[in-house]
Amino acid sequence: MDLLPLFQSFEATAVGTIVRESLWLFPVIECGHLLALALLGGSMLVVDLRLLGLGLTAQPIPQLAARAHPWMLAAWAGIIATGIPMFLSEAVKCYYSPPFWYKIGLLVLASVYTFTVRRRVTAQPQPRLGALTALASLTLWGGVGFAGRWIAFY
Amino acid sequence: MSPLPLIQQLDQTAGSIALRESILVYPLIETTHVLALCLFLGIIALLDLRLLGLGFQSVPVSQIAGRLLPIGLTGFALMTLSGLLLFYSGPLRAYGNIFFRVKMVLILLAGLNAVAFHYGIYKRIAAWDTQPVPPPRARLAGLASLILWCAIVICGRMQAYNWFEKPPGT
Repeated sequence: MDLLPLFQSFEATAVGTIVRESLWLFPVIECGHLLALALLGGSMLVVDLRLLGLGLTAQPIPQLAARAHPWMLAAWAGIIATGIPMFLSEAVKCYYSPPFWYKIGLLVLASVYTFTVRRRVTAQPQPRLGALTALASLTLWGGVGFAGRWIAFY
Repeated sequence: MSPLPLIQQLDQTAGSIALRESILVYPLIETTHVLALCLFLGIIALLDLRLLGLGFQSVPVSQIAGRLLPIGLTGFALMTLSGLLLFYSGPLRAYGNIFFRVKMVLILLAGLNAVAFHYGIYKRIAAWDTQPVPPPRARLAGLASLILWCAIVICGRMQAYNWFEKPPGT
């Protein structure tokens, strides 16, 4: 199945056109994307570090995960909400960009993993394989950020 | 005395030219800068939210400042190192960029805010460590830090766009 026509129609959407034709809209959305990324980093790290036995080790894991969850959710929503208009503005470029496809694949994996496996593990006071859960989370989200930055280059 | 001659010289060094023309190393440094930002700024943001009384209120402030912040500071070291390399890859372009200049001033202000917090209200942390909403001076430090670092990220991102650069030959 050829997805190119679909991506061309993404780029032709009103939002895509407005963002593409504006001088400042893309950079401004990009700033929001970065700030949401930082918050996602913090709200993920605080729990992943705890699972690794680092950082807030005096805090019970389920409580810490519960406190971090709304911020993580807000950051995740912020990343998606700012990512979509940027994607729409250059969908055809993304179609031909290998890092874009890696990023989307990793993003789906990381999101599903975070809201299922990781959520369940962090609900337990003394999870088995907690460190492994954290390393997988750090690797997946680190990969999303890494691949995302390379869309600008390839 | 203007630092311009020195910057022009730095801009023409072999290392600087090699860095900005490299296909792999330059993107790798930028990626490091962004991922380190997640580590440092993410943890700073959590501390600021706690200082503002907006999040993690069941966690004592001293635990975030004492146990989490040092990990965040490794992110700061990575950001500084990658940032210096990014500057080295195009010193002349950075020097003439208004966002770069504003960013440097804001980083200085964020540093001063951190020092003032550390040697000010944080000296009496025992009195308010577990308070869900810290005293006004601590909240102010958190708010200032949050605003400054957001502005620093925005300046850093905007630095890549050349709206305010003079076209060559003018």
